[in-house]
Amino acid sequence: MVDASHDHLSILYNLISKDFKIRYRNMSLGIFWSLLNPLIMVAVLTYVFTRIFRNPVIHSYPLFVLIGLLPFNFFSLAWASGTNSILDNAPLVKKVRFHREVIPLSVVLGNVIHFLIQMLLLMLLIGRFGIGFNRQWFWLPVVLGLEIVFVCGMALAFSALDVYYRDTRYVVESANLVLFWLVPIFYSHDQVPRDFVWLYEYNPVAAVVLACRLIFLNAAAPSASTLLKLALVSFGALAGGFLLFGRMKKRFADYL
Amino acid sequence: MTLIELQNVSKRYVLHHRRQLLAQRVASSIRRERNEFWALRGVSLRIEAGESVGIVGANGAGKSTLLSIAVGVTSPTAGKVTQQGRVAALLELGSGFHPDLTGRENIHLNAALLGYTRARVEQSFDAIIDFAGIPDFIDEPLRTYSSGMMARLGFSVAVHVDPDILVLDEVLSVGDLEFQKKCMQRILDLRHQGKTLLFVSHSNDAVRSLCQRAVWMDLGTVRRDGPAQEVLEEYGNCMTGAGASPA
Repeated sequence: MVDASHDHLSILYNLISKDFKIRYRNMSLGIFWSLLNPLIMVAVLTYVFTRIFRNPVIHSYPLFVLIGLLPFNFFSLAWASGTNSILDNAPLVKKVRFHREVIPLSVVLGNVIHFLIQMLLLMLLIGRFGIGFNRQWFWLPVVLGLEIVFVCGMALAFSALDVYYRDTRYVVESANLVLFWLVPIFYSHDQVPRDFVWLYEYNPVAAVVLACRLIFLNAAAPSASTLLKLALVSFGALAGGFLLFGRMKKRFADYL
Repeated sequence: MTLIELQNVSKRYVLHHRRQLLAQRVASSIRRERNEFWALRGVSLRIEAGESVGIVGANGAGKSTLLSIAVGVTSPTAGKVTQQGRVAALLELGSGFHPDLTGRENIHLNAALLGYTRARVEQSFDAIIDFAGIPDFIDEPLRTYSSGMMARLGFSVAVHVDPDILVLDEVLSVGDLEFQKKCMQRILDLRHQGKTLLFVSHSNDAVRSLCQRAVWMDLGTVRRDGPAQEVLEEYGNCMTGAGASPA
């Protein structure tokens, strides 16, 4: 039903740039908010987990936390806003014809821009206060790319579900709250008791955090099995997301 | 060449009275209750290239549903729809307009949604602004616009997209008389260029002057389909006479 004459790349570009402009237009600090926010979180977490709960295991705690926080923040923000995206754009879906997939994808990719800017800041900080550049950094595009693939799949699936079951957004919000604790952000994976390691096995966000820590802090490459599992889950999520979205999108306009 | 063809199309809407919450959803599907409404029943319609078709009928007759299905925004419950050519569907003025973006930025966004490439937008940018007649406001955010100005901008983008089929749902009633005249003129120009027009209106005059053919929708079915003059006359007689349709 959807004609090929529509230039979907141009729609994607326009939607992303719209979100970007709207987000920062009326703020005097503009894009710096996306840098300030994780830095404040790092300060608070560092205070709590070095001054209140002493942590003898982890060195250079602020960097350690920031490396965990950035991939998690990207995931939770992109997933949550992706989930709301179809409902938020209800007038468009009801009145204009184009591939609906563009909507959640544009939201995720819009978040990617912020994520990459944050990662750039992180790299500068690692260069200044950490161990500096090492060759394993070349794994970063692979690891982050897989996370983006995973989020795209999740956003597609949950944005479609959200149209039919409006509770979906609350499920996502709650899941994000839980994930903040179940992804090794402010603690190390090594501190996880053996009985609970399975909780992290197939969690792509945890895998991304661990891989980033290895690369940035230990100058080591992520293990092949980690990458394989990450790739499997990410592309599985993407395929599932497209499949579910494709099945459900036909009746979007009737439910909005 | 047939641009849009509807074969025996029906559309059912399930009325879910606040049934979107999971618990209610499960409960009602267990009870198998269904509150449904057929907006279209067995509608067949063919729009040929170069035709201009006006759709008339009372509120709730299925006109807007027909357009939504014809342009592919929603899919039919039964029947088949085939469509080719680039559609500029103006089911609503300024789809995707955002109040915080400037007029200029909104033109880009709206045009992309209607299927424009960036190059084409640049090319007809001046024409779009000129037609809308709001040069002083083009770099101001849309929230500063009056509703008339917004409508002008939305209409202007749609009629400059160079569509094969222009689909308009009751959007000519906006703007002042002068702008309405300008819109009519622009649509007539497009018609002379051989563009196809599909047009819902409650203004019989507008349908008469823009369309050769009219389709009278009644209770989700095509009551009459033929030369605009005849259909409008019958429709007018029915409306002024018995009032309700003798179904």
